[in-house]
Amino acid sequence: MKLKGRRIYRGVAEGEAIVTKDGISFYGGVDPDTGKVVEVGHELEGQSITGKILVFPMGKGSTVGSYTLYRMKKNNTAPAAIVNKQIDTIIAVGCIISEIPCVDKIDVNEIKSGQRLFVNGSEGTVEVR
Amino acid sequence: MKLTSDEQDMLDGKHGKAIRKSMEILTTLGEIFEAECMVDVGSVQIAGVSYTNLGEAGLEFLSDMAEDGKVKVLTTLNPAGMDRENWKALGINEEFAKNQVRVIDAFAKMGIITTCSCTPYFIGNVPHFGQHIAWAESSAVCYANSVIGARTNREGGPSALASALTGKTPKYGYHLDENRQGQVSIKVKAQVRGTDEFGVLGKAIGDRLINLGKNVPFITGIPSATVEELKSFCASIATYGGTALFHMEGITPESDRYPKPEGNVLEVNQKDLEKARSELVDVCPEVDFVSVGCPHASISEIEKIAGLLKGKKVKKEFWITTARPIKKIADEAGYSKIIEDAGAKFAADTCCVVAPIKGRFKGMLVDSAKACYYGRASNKFKVRIGTVEECVEEATK
Repeated sequence: MKLKGRRIYRGVAEGEAIVTKDGISFYGGVDPDTGKVVEVGHELEGQSITGKILVFPMGKGSTVGSYTLYRMKKNNTAPAAIVNKQIDTIIAVGCIISEIPCVDKIDVNEIKSGQRLFVNGSEGTVEVR
Repeated sequence: MKLTSDEQDMLDGKHGKAIRKSMEILTTLGEIFEAECMVDVGSVQIAGVSYTNLGEAGLEFLSDMAEDGKVKVLTTLNPAGMDRENWKALGINEEFAKNQVRVIDAFAKMGIITTCSCTPYFIGNVPHFGQHIAWAESSAVCYANSVIGARTNREGGPSALASALTGKTPKYGYHLDENRQGQVSIKVKAQVRGTDEFGVLGKAIGDRLINLGKNVPFITGIPSATVEELKSFCASIATYGGTALFHMEGITPESDRYPKPEGNVLEVNQKDLEKARSELVDVCPEVDFVSVGCPHASISEIEKIAGLLKGKKVKKEFWITTARPIKKIADEAGYSKIIEDAGAKFAADTCCVVAPIKGRFKGMLVDSAKACYYGRASNKFKVRIGTVEECVEEATK
């Protein structure tokens, strides 16, 4: 199955999907040293997003979150790619400065955690393999 | 998005790494928000300066950009985490100070004026009516759009920096006439006076706007307001309502430019103000910290504080936060000596919101509704709002 969305940041990535219906705030909500979601009560609380294709509806929270993604990239704890239903400024800018492939306008309900995904940020596509 | 050949060259990396990265940020935002083209900006205000918020990652990003990035337009900075001269007296530790200096140096290397203030419009970064700018700092964005009539979206740290290095911003949102019209009418049926009360009004309206999902209020019933009152109002309505632009009949320059909003007129009366004020007062057995100057104090506010403090002694930690150039004017006018002789402290370049003082005090008294929000959220203080007179009285009690 190949889903067509919109290109946000170029590059390709392949990996395991980790999917949530909750929004993600990188500033305060994700630990950049461990790559784990730490927001209390979050669907992914305690789970690592490192090296995975992170699929969620939309970002939330402080604009400092863009810098948190950058820090994760430098720490090798960043997700391999990000797939959103609707992009917001914080995630878009975070992916651009960290060079993380990113696609939006994808129906994230079509994707299940554990599936193998191929993301093409340049084309704006997500392939479920 | 349509780009000029010069803009395309920037995106293709012909003007270096920092400009390429900047153009990637701006074109992506432009595409997300469906801008047709870029527009030249007259000036930039950058947020994300305190080392507390940036951390090593943010600093690393700035250092990378500073390798070959130089600003193309006048660019000023938001407050830092400390007073650059007086940090020791304010209890800031050495390691934090070292890191804060590294941040400011990275900005300086790019040609940014390191003023470190949330009131750039008091100290030389003053756009004209209708001018396109790219500002971060929500209170200054609201002031520039509403009180001055310049045009800016609410930028974040990296997008504002990208505009500084390219001189461009994507033309969407508040850069366009159609998004600047009032969306909801609000009639204020109460007397509003003083920076604290205008902050309370900003919260009362801001909370309503969030519930309504509206962005641009058209406000009537305010016969007059000082610059300082408007500054406080801007900070508060931006904090509680996410508001980047309001119109105030008879006061702001675009208030009669567009058709009035259709639909019901919402009223804000004395009771609404009392309720909003009560939400800015915690049960707080002890006030051990008083701070005035959120957003940064004007020279008139400092004159007033000096008058109130003359001949008295401060018994609690009392900060007056302001921009360094304003502090210099206060020095020359003799206000600083009166204030410092009374035992109060100037905290220039910084403020009670971004300084690393989390948990250092129990209860904070301020004249700013915005400072109440961040005092609670970021610094874990109990907070109380009061007039400037009450702030001075509490500090000397």
